[in-house]
Amino acid sequence: MRRLRYGEAIREAFMYLLDHDPKVFVIGQGLWSPWYVGSSMTDLDKLYGPERIMDSPVSELACTGAAVGAALCGYRPIVVHPRMDFLLYAMDSIVNQAAKWAHMLGGQAHPAVTVRSIINRGGEQGAQHSQALHAWFAHVPGLRVVMPATPEDARDLLIAAVWCDDPVLYVDDRWLYELEEDVGDVTVRSLAEESPKVRRHGTDVTLVGAGYSTRLCMEAAKQLTLDGIEAEVVDLRVLNPLSIEVPAESVARTGRLCVVDGGWRTCGLAGEVMASVLERTGPRVMRAAPKRVTLPDAPAPTSRVLEEAYYPNVDTVVRAVKELF
Amino acid sequence: MSVQMHLGVLADPSRGSEPVDIRGEDPGALRAYLRKMVLIRRAEEIIGDRVASGEVRTPCHLAIGQEAIAVGVSASLRPTDRVFGAHRSHSHYLALGGDLEALFAEVLGRDSGCSRGMGGSMHLYAGHVGFLGSVPIVAGTVPLAVGAALAARKDGRGDIAVAYFGDGAAEEGAVHESFNLAALWKLPVLFVCENNLFSSHLHISLRQPGDRVARFAEAHGMEARTVDGNDVVAVARTVRELVGRLRRGEGPAMIEAVTYRWRGHVGPREDDDVGVNRSRDLVLWRRRDPVRRLADAMASARLLDEESFAELQTQVAEEVRDAWARAEKAPWPPREALLSRVYWHGRGQ
Ligand SMILES: Cc1ncc(C[n+]2csc(CCOP(=O)(O)OP(=O)(O)O)c2C)c(N)n1
Ligand SMILES: [Mg+2]
Repeated sequence: MRRLRYGEAIREAFMYLLDHDPKVFVIGQGLWSPWYVGSSMTDLDKLYGPERIMDSPVSELACTGAAVGAALCGYRPIVVHPRMDFLLYAMDSIVNQAAKWAHMLGGQAHPAVTVRSIINRGGEQGAQHSQALHAWFAHVPGLRVVMPATPEDARDLLIAAVWCDDPVLYVDDRWLYELEEDVGDVTVRSLAEESPKVRRHGTDVTLVGAGYSTRLCMEAAKQLTLDGIEAEVVDLRVLNPLSIEVPAESVARTGRLCVVDGGWRTCGLAGEVMASVLERTGPRVMRAAPKRVTLPDAPAPTSRVLEEAYYPNVDTVVRAVKELF
Repeated sequence: MSVQMHLGVLADPSRGSEPVDIRGEDPGALRAYLRKMVLIRRAEEIIGDRVASGEVRTPCHLAIGQEAIAVGVSASLRPTDRVFGAHRSHSHYLALGGDLEALFAEVLGRDSGCSRGMGGSMHLYAGHVGFLGSVPIVAGTVPLAVGAALAARKDGRGDIAVAYFGDGAAEEGAVHESFNLAALWKLPVLFVCENNLFSSHLHISLRQPGDRVARFAEAHGMEARTVDGNDVVAVARTVRELVGRLRRGEGPAMIEAVTYRWRGHVGPREDDDVGVNRSRDLVLWRRRDPVRRLADAMASARLLDEESFAELQTQVAEEVRDAWARAEKAPWPPREALLSRVYWHGRGQ
């Protein structure tokens, strides 16, 4: 065991992949700048050279499409989008092409491409530099979506994503980069077998999150003990395909559910989790109507006073959970 | 005809530091250019200072060193034209006559800001002077300007649209689709490329096989000019001619103005930003200062003396200081603003 930060864990995953797999290369904006992608890729260009760490023009569509094409020809490229907002130019390559390729061509070919997309919000950046659109992508069959919440997952799920034979959207979050935890050695996992995990055991209520929202759930759970509430925290980890067994089994025991998500409310991840859990458990186990904590259905503002009200925080989660009792 | 890929001397920082050629220009217009450039510079300097001190938090991309372009372009525009900007648009907004205090209030996140505190530095609006919006998604507004030109043609009053974008934006497919559409439909849109040779940390030589962006417009059969972007008179003359063509319905045009930003990609730092040290080139580019070059030319022509230039700078500095002081006292947006503007229907004020 050793201590590792989330941002550095991502960097270790890149190094592991580049060391172990000559078919891996990386394209994206900012890869030669120490500033663009936080601590998560520092100096990789110096270690592996510009042929494998390719900084790119401002061309999200062409870069993503090119990665899909190279993947169809046997490579395992990773495209990096320093902000999820930028990747909207690349929607076609991801949604129409990569996600559907295997299915629409009769299961004969498959792009093993990884699209890494960073949620980068706050700091008065506003409507086009703040979005967390993971739920949109989790809606698309054929596209695996992972959202790590811990340093160990940040590392091991990136490795699993790249070595997965399907296209994967890997979503990390700048708000997690400084999170430091104990990690073991690299474990090579098959992404298809990864599912939600209970991060904290409790008996009174189930909190479900993914990525940064899992951290909010963990912090809220700590605070809730002061009120005598023992919360169980489930970290989804993989949003698509969504495996509902672990959260449903937890809710069957606790009888209460609060889903926390950094995306919008309507047609979002939180609603999907609530529906899937309830379909599985039936209404009778529920001791209270389920709750969700999400962004309000509005674009991100800039002014600090509005930004403070916009993003859910630990207190928002604690308050929502208390209303279940 | 072979494609001209490179800018040549225009991109050479050791060239082009001489006073600009003002022959035949109206002295009043020259004084107005000078004042506007000084205003933009001073306004961005104070914003930069307040970013450094932590008072301003919204990401600010400063156009210090590039003032001549917006000023030269705006000289031929009227309030019914439709102008769109990008992430580095304080200069576009101010050159058109956007309110100074409202700009400051916006970067401070106040209710009296030009976007009511919802947008910050990267989302500016001043509809009454023809500034229809700026956004940070690179190339995001270029197709919108094409649509605004389509609307202008339908309106039939000779108005035009303007799309400001950078050399980096020229790498987005959206720009090339927009060029084709505008050229095919002969729309009155002026594409203004501020080629400052950089897209954040990457020099254009690492991003494109040539550094001359006008080649893309030429490939669509568009009238395109490449000029010294630090020469306000050259920009203004070129735009005057191109805008004349646009208003007469002769199809779209492009001006590529070659320049250099003096500050980092984002924020106030001078040469060491996003991991790039540009200090050697910056020293040379500072000698191509668009403000100094116009002031020197005017001085030689006895249109300006050191004293009146100093006075102009003092006046502008006071104007900026006062506007800042007022903006700082402005109230924050009300909490309802979080939701009340999402839909136009049923909106709050
Ligand atoms: C779609 C998209 N991709 C990437 C970015 C990140 N980004 C912001 S500004 C910028 C540089 C653009 O360069 P250029 O168009 O030359 O404008 P300049 O900054 O030089 O004024 C980049 C890459 C973005 N904002 N939007
Ligand atoms: Mg540029």
